[in-house]
Amino acid sequence: MPAGTATLGPPLSGPPPARTARHRRRAVLPGFGLSLGLTLAFLSAVVLLPLCALALRPWELGPAGIVRSLTEPRVLASLRLSFGLSVLAAAVNAPLGLLIAWTLTRFRFPGRRLIDALVDLPFALPTAVAGIALTALYAPTGPFGALAAKIGIKTAYSPLGIFIALLFIGLPFVVRQIEPVLQDFDSDVEEAARTLGASDLQRFVRVILPALAPALVGGVSLAFARGVGEYGSVIFIAGNMPMKSEIAPLMIVTRLEQYDYAGAAAIGLVMVAISFGALAAVNAVQLRLAKLGRA
Amino acid sequence: MTGSIRLPGLALLMLAGSLLVLGLLVLAPLGVVFSEAFAKGLPSYLAAFRDPDGGAAIRLTLLVAAISVPLNAAFGLAAAWAIAKFEFRGKAALLALIDLPFSMSPVVSGLVWVLLFGAQGWFGTFVSDHGLKIMFSTTGLVLATITVTLPFVARELIPLMQDQGTDEEAAAVTLGAGGFTVFRRITLPNVKWALLYGVLLCNARAMGEFGAVSVVSGHIRGLTNTLPLHIEALYNDYDFVGAFAAASLLASLGLVTLAAKSLLEWRFADELAAVRRR
Repeated sequence: MPAGTATLGPPLSGPPPARTARHRRRAVLPGFGLSLGLTLAFLSAVVLLPLCALALRPWELGPAGIVRSLTEPRVLASLRLSFGLSVLAAAVNAPLGLLIAWTLTRFRFPGRRLIDALVDLPFALPTAVAGIALTALYAPTGPFGALAAKIGIKTAYSPLGIFIALLFIGLPFVVRQIEPVLQDFDSDVEEAARTLGASDLQRFVRVILPALAPALVGGVSLAFARGVGEYGSVIFIAGNMPMKSEIAPLMIVTRLEQYDYAGAAAIGLVMVAISFGALAAVNAVQLRLAKLGRA
Repeated sequence: MTGSIRLPGLALLMLAGSLLVLGLLVLAPLGVVFSEAFAKGLPSYLAAFRDPDGGAAIRLTLLVAAISVPLNAAFGLAAAWAIAKFEFRGKAALLALIDLPFSMSPVVSGLVWVLLFGAQGWFGTFVSDHGLKIMFSTTGLVLATITVTLPFVARELIPLMQDQGTDEEAAAVTLGAGGFTVFRRITLPNVKWALLYGVLLCNARAMGEFGAVSVVSGHIRGLTNTLPLHIEALYNDYDFVGAFAAASLLASLGLVTLAAKSLLEWRFADELAAVRRR
């Protein structure tokens, strides 16, 4: 199944076994030392050294100090809010993204390409622009916000506003992960299921969904990782009330303004660690799902 | 791909649902940028661009992108050459490290530079003792932008160059061509559309970056505010026409990038790693 082969790693263009390939390439092409040297030097300067500072500076507070700094109620509330809403928005994006990816790959209609390009708009719109635009829409005076206010729902300047911004920013991740799998999906398998008398729903749940699962999980996790760190598109609509609608990245900014570098680094380190742990866990789940989907 | 549509009613319903979601969630914010920018008519819109701080912000944004995008493009080419054309130990770790900025909060990408060069940073006193300025200056903005946009070109070039293999280059070298000749005459033409694709995305992000530069900029109007930071300043001053007029510039940049990106995807699908993977 094509969906499975995607996880098998990059295709090697030449048939020779690894050892001869390594030997031959080294012998023939020049520039290995130069290109790798430049890569490592640049990477060390702009990623590795800065990350060392992030990893080491919190320890100025000592282990107990780090715990105290991170368990401050305002910080805890912001971490809960950022991670909780990101999970929620990514989960809601799963069915929305599936619907859009399905429509774009399975149906032919005029303007399909234009709409397909439109999906990337949240990537293309700078976050600050998206932030003020969403706020203008959902503020009590804005068109959507006024509508929601009529039925007594506060959108902007509340956690719901943050949720909407995260929904906006995460949608393309889910669509773009699912689309290629749906496109490559072996119609023979579907055809076989139909010939065997499976209903539309049965085919979807038993045949298509298992094959889609790894990509769906992948897209949702990317949307989640992006949501946790998102700043520009959230900060305007959030209202930023302590304990209520203050996101974790904003707490980093607040601590920097108080010259609490170690405390800011502690929050940053926790965010990087949790995001990374989550992505690693999702990778493992994806591999399992890919195996199940193929079986 | 086709043939699964047995219920035209359901298909229409799904299309309507998709359009509704995209319209409300994605298209409406774009529309509101322009409707707010022109809320008080064309004269007020144009007047917003006569603000000298706005002009300074545009120039600074262009300068920061003009420095950081070429550097990241050069990095992407070097990294792709090393990773795609040679076998070496630790390649997976190197790839993970290149990808890392994508999974970091932009605020953290700015924070790390404050930890190094801020007033209480590791090298903060060293920098100020030597009369240098990194925080609250163009240098800091460039550094933060480079960290955020580092993966764009490399991630586009590496899979493509891996797919293309080394046969053509090896043949040229066997025939006596030097390293830079091979790179210029064979590798570069082979990856030019992918390079352009990566540079386009890198540039759009560099010019639109907010979180990372917000941490290192110091928000000095007319001096260290890039265009996105200038938008924030205007917005917080309740100058909505000014803020959305400036935002309409960045939104247009996003639209042009999106159009160019889609065009590249349609015309040169075989020469772009992003599309080949589909």
